[in-house]
This record gives sequence, structure tokens and C-alpha cells, in this order.
Amino acid sequence: MREIKANQIKDKIKELFLKANFYINQDLILRLKETLKEENSPIGKYVLQMIIENNQIASREEVPICQDTGLAVVFVEVGQEVYLIDGDFTEAINQGVKEAYQEGYLRKSVVDDPVFERKNTKTNTPAIIYTDIVPGDKIKLLVTPKGFGSENMSAIAMLKPADGEKGIIDFVVETVKKAGPNPCPPTIIGVGIGGTIDKAMVTAKKAIVRKVNQPNKNSKYAALEKEILTKINNLGIGPAGLGGNITSLAVHIDYLPTHIAGMPIAVNVCCHAARHAEGII
Amino acid sequence: MTQAKKITTPLDIKEIINLRAGDFVNITGNIYAARDAAHKRIIELIKKGQKLPIEIKGQIIFYAGPTPAKPGYLCASVGPTTSYRMDPYTPPLLDLGLKGMIGKGFRSKEVIDSIKKNKAVYFAAVGGVAALIARSVKKSEVIAYEDLGAEAIHRYYVEDFPAIVVIDTDGNNLYETEPPKYKK
Repeated sequence: MREIKANQIKDKIKELFLKANFYINQDLILRLKETLKEENSPIGKYVLQMIIENNQIASREEVPICQDTGLAVVFVEVGQEVYLIDGDFTEAINQGVKEAYQEGYLRKSVVDDPVFERKNTKTNTPAIIYTDIVPGDKIKLLVTPKGFGSENMSAIAMLKPADGEKGIIDFVVETVKKAGPNPCPPTIIGVGIGGTIDKAMVTAKKAIVRKVNQPNKNSKYAALEKEILTKINNLGIGPAGLGGNITSLAVHIDYLPTHIAGMPIAVNVCCHAARHAEGII
Repeated sequence: MTQAKKITTPLDIKEIINLRAGDFVNITGNIYAARDAAHKRIIELIKKGQKLPIEIKGQIIFYAGPTPAKPGYLCASVGPTTSYRMDPYTPPLLDLGLKGMIGKGFRSKEVIDSIKKNKAVYFAAVGGVAALIARSVKKSEVIAYEDLGAEAIHRYYVEDFPAIVVIDTDGNNLYETEPPKYKK
């Protein structure tokens, strides 16, 4: 057994949320620069230049890339040999989020009750936490502040097995088409296929954080990602939805076994500010 | 890329009718940041016939909720939120003389009809470039609904705020005209 203090989790969560909100990852920065050469629309090019410049300002001055500093989503892998001491796991994560958002001047965007009061909790908590138990004696934290302009454009469907590959392609492309300019294109499209209705969406969400230059390891799914990306970029939506051939930067599909009667598909849309950071304790 | 047109607030009708979908503009003057919760409250006041916390005539509303100001900054990050959520509240404001909205994304048919009827303009700012946009904010104050936090109404004095005319007074809509040119 290895002892880990709750405070270590809190501190790491805080550090990661600050980092994620100020710094875009290198793979995305490189991809954005490449798109400047690929984009044909003058307005599209202008938008891409603004995005690149904005990311530079944010990292240089440590100010948020986007004013929507997101709902705090945390994926945790806890080693089964970890013994957590001096505190509560969930509380430690929420405390880390609270400190990051309060001390880092990030926007607090959480309301307590979705329908009636909609009162801001002023701490950006509670976080959305997904926990997996894995072999080992470490804790791996993946944080992703999720903006809601793109979250609102996400969609889920319970397709029939007979819908096959075409059903998948049509559903993803249609979801992106309907979203148009709303989710701040160029987007990253997370796709989860299989499992149950709930597991499909969590899978889609986690797929977003894969590096943009890494296709699915299964060549059939990698080909599907490529085909969907081409079809999306052929829609003409373009950067900021103002026309162009760069509508998405990447399509990331992850899949998992499912029931003989179904083919769940979830599409989680993410804006160009696909923020995430990882750390290990 | 054509040169951006310089415009100032409050908007003058002669200035507004000259703006065409696709024009780049640099906005200077006061603009009001308000989003979901503030709109809801304003509409309730309109329904009750009560005084509004901001002047509407000739003004521009910026659909936005900033991050809290970091020390040394008036405003560290602010950018447009998605506009369609404000659609149900928009026609009554246009009827009261609101002349411009800055946001991002589609508007409803009702809003577009009201934009044409009232001779107003819908501008898009680029979403997710909040650190860049915040540089145009030269003064910032909360003027109403402080209890709403990020959703309070902020009055910004901006200089050369970068935006693009998406829907003009005749209802020409860049979101409809531009993407088909790149569709394959």
C-alpha cells in the first residue's frame, strides 16, 4: 500500500485546472498553425489567426483562453494499492477546483439547481468526477474544463445495428451540421460508440482529449475518423462558422463492446479551445 | 481582407444602414455585456412596465460573461457566448430601440424578422478568443445585478472592438451566404 494524502490530490487538481485554462497543448497549437495553410476562406484565415494569437496571449500572461472556463470535469484513475489518508477523495477534488477558480480568477459557471433557482455556487463546484480503479499505487488525474457552447451542441442516438458504418457517419456529420457556428469551430469531435447510452457519452468525452495527430489504433476506426472528418470539412461551415474548409480539427472515435440489440453513438462536441491537463501522483 | 469600418456607439441609423453582412468593424464606445439571467430580469421589468437598468435606445448588447478581473487587468478574458439562448428575449429589446447585438451563432427567424423590422444589426465576435478581445476593453463597471456574478450587466468602454457584421438591416445573413461557397 502507498499512502496518499487528500491534500496532494487537492493541490494537483488546482495546478492542473490553472494550467488547462491558460495553456493550449502543443499538438493543438501545431494543428492550428497547419490549418492556416489549408484554409481557403479569407475570413476563415483571419479567424484562425485570431485563435492562434489569443492562445499566445493567454499562455504568456496566464489569463484564461476563453471566458467560459468551463464545468470542471475530472477523470481519475486510482491505483488499487493507494491508501487515501487525511481527508475525503471527492472533497479534495472539489476543494482543488474551488481554489483554482477562486485564486486563478477563473469564471464560476455552475448553478446549483438546473431548473428553478439556478443560483451560482460561486466556487465552480461540484466537479463532474469519473473514477476508475486500476492496478498500481499511483493516482492519475485528467482534468478538462468543458465549455458549454460546444457541450450544448452534443448529441446521442441509439442506432440499430443495421445502420452500420453509414449510420455512424450520417449521425456525426448531421450533428456537426446542425451545430453550425454555435460550438466555436474549428471543433474537435469526440465520438463514443457502443456500451450503454451513458457509457457511450463518457467515452466520447474522454476521446476528445486524445492528441489531435493520433488516429484510433484500430485501422478500421482510424479510416472512419478520417472519412467523417473529410465529410465534416466539406460542409463549408469553416472557422467561427463564417465559411471555409476547416470546420473540425479532428474526429476522435473510441469504441467499446455493446449489446447484440444495439449500437449507441454519442457525439461530444468540443470547441477549438480543447483544454485539458494531466498529472500523476 | 478589406479594412475594418470604424463605428461608434450609440449607433446612428445612417451608420447602421450602411453596414453590410460581411463587413469587418471596429467598435468604439460603451457596450453592455448581458447574458441569460440578466436578459430574463430585463424582460420581467419590461412586462411590468418598470424602469430598465440600462439605456436600450441605439445601444449594443454584448452576449458575454467575463472572467473575474485578475489584479492589474480591467478585464482579463471576455468573449461572446452563443446567441440563440437570448433569442426569446430579443425582439422586445429591438422594439425598444436596441440597435446592435454581439454574439456568436445562429439566430431564430423571429429575431431576424425583428432585426429587419427595427433596422438593427447582429455582429459576431470570434468565440474562444477572449484574452484577445479583452484587450479592447478600456473601462469596465458592473452597473446592475451584481448578485449574478459573471452574469451581472457590465458596461464596457471599448476601443476598436473587433467584430463582423453577420446579419444586416436587410436580413442578409453571413451564416447562410458564406458556408455554401466552401461546400463540396
